[in-house]
Amino acid sequence: MQNPIQLIGRATLGLFGEVGRLAVFAGRVKIAAVTPRWYGGEILRQMVRIGFYSLPVVGLAAVFIGAALALNIYEGGSRYGAEQFVPSIVVLGITRELGVVITGLMLAGRVSAGIAAEIGAMRVTEQIDALETLSASRYRYLYAPRFIAALITLPMLVALADVIGVMGGWLVSVFGLGFDSTVYLRNTLDFVTTNDILAGLIKAVVFGGVIAIMGCYQGDRSQAGATGVGRAATLSMVGAAVLILAFNYVMSTLFVEIGL
Amino acid sequence: MTDTLLKLEGVEKSFGKNQVLRGVDIDVARGQSLVIIGGSGSGKSVMLKNALGLMTPDKGRIFFDGEDVTKATGKTREKMRARIGMLFQSGALFDSLTVWENVAFRLLNSEGTRRKDAKERAIETLKKVRLGADVGGLYPAEISGGMQKRVSLARSIISEPDLIFFDEPTTGLDPITADAINDLIREMVGGLGAAAVTITHDMASARKIADEIAMLFEGQIIWRGPAKDVYASGNAYVDQFVNGRADGPIQPAI
Repeated sequence: MQNPIQLIGRATLGLFGEVGRLAVFAGRVKIAAVTPRWYGGEILRQMVRIGFYSLPVVGLAAVFIGAALALNIYEGGSRYGAEQFVPSIVVLGITRELGVVITGLMLAGRVSAGIAAEIGAMRVTEQIDALETLSASRYRYLYAPRFIAALITLPMLVALADVIGVMGGWLVSVFGLGFDSTVYLRNTLDFVTTNDILAGLIKAVVFGGVIAIMGCYQGDRSQAGATGVGRAATLSMVGAAVLILAFNYVMSTLFVEIGL
Repeated sequence: MTDTLLKLEGVEKSFGKNQVLRGVDIDVARGQSLVIIGGSGSGKSVMLKNALGLMTPDKGRIFFDGEDVTKATGKTREKMRARIGMLFQSGALFDSLTVWENVAFRLLNSEGTRRKDAKERAIETLKKVRLGADVGGLYPAEISGGMQKRVSLARSIISEPDLIFFDEPTTGLDPITADAINDLIREMVGGLGAAAVTITHDMASARKIADEIAMLFEGQIIWRGPAKDVYASGNAYVDQFVNGRADGPIQPAI
């Protein structure tokens, strides 16, 4: 039986070690992303994989979230005779929080785990060693393109999720709750501000970085064959999801402080 | 310029408490084909990864063409790797690229060769390993294990390196394909005048490829000599290994 103090100490040291390794890795990816050489073809290929192929899942998630949000706000608001606030609260909730968080979480599952599994498989089949022996840095050829692609495509996906989410709320409100379509849309457009949209898009850039880096980091560290690759995929998804929620809270607080 | 192209001097490497390399001393001259034999877990792959700079030794030094590259980074490491080819045990072909893109990878991504020219050179090199131009457009998953080894061999020689590493080149292949790979290795190394370091435990392959054979046991080189002398080495460990006997000083790894 181990001393509980030793166990706590070991866990704490392990946590700090992991955070340190992740920070160093993230630093190297960022340096590779902002200095030449850039692999344009790889960046485009990753933009298609991360962005285009995520459209269905992000669109479906957004429409259902928007619809459920409208329904719940209507239900809660009706207790105080405040049903007319449905369009404004839906658009605020979607643009500042739900659109970006839901997109981030969906991509933590679809993209981050996918990147970790792909890179993990490359690691255990010696493809990453092969890459290095062919004088191509894995940071430049594999990780930076995924990082750059995620930074670019996440805001695009979030912008789309915002529109689709608001449309989900509109659908339920107009066809289920008896709102007038024109009034709903006018209230939405009158209420939403550039800052609301900007806040979501800034978060999207950060979440894009988190998703790509967690996937690449866990894939890079994976060992021990199929089990290791599976573990890398799980860890990247869980890690990215937790970091997205944590960063979301920190950034929301910061945006409130600075009036964004 | 020296005749010795690669030299490992007292190289040690541990993973936690497991000391894999315990002071490896070995050198390879230009144009020489050295085969390193040894059982599973003897440290062959770790030694090779240290020589390639994929791992850094805990102790000892590594020289390439007279230059100390033990802890080389950046341009020095790139310059060294540009003169080295490597055939991995698994082939290590990139799944997402076609066969010709795999072969031409260094030309396209490190040397900045135009795509059209790179493709032409890749097809020419594929011919040298007896693969037709039609294979060039396929993906690695669409070709057999033996063909993958040949593609990997083509990738390792396309830039006409001074030194080629072969990691278990015949593992997982049928005897006929394995022999064809051995012939190709001999032909390619002879044709390029390159030095070659092959690690294997396939004695048929070792005899065919090697000018000299060295044996790695428990992280140290315990014997080295001309390939023709390996069956009369006078070393009990080497005798047991090359004759594939379970009884002897080496305990089977089961």
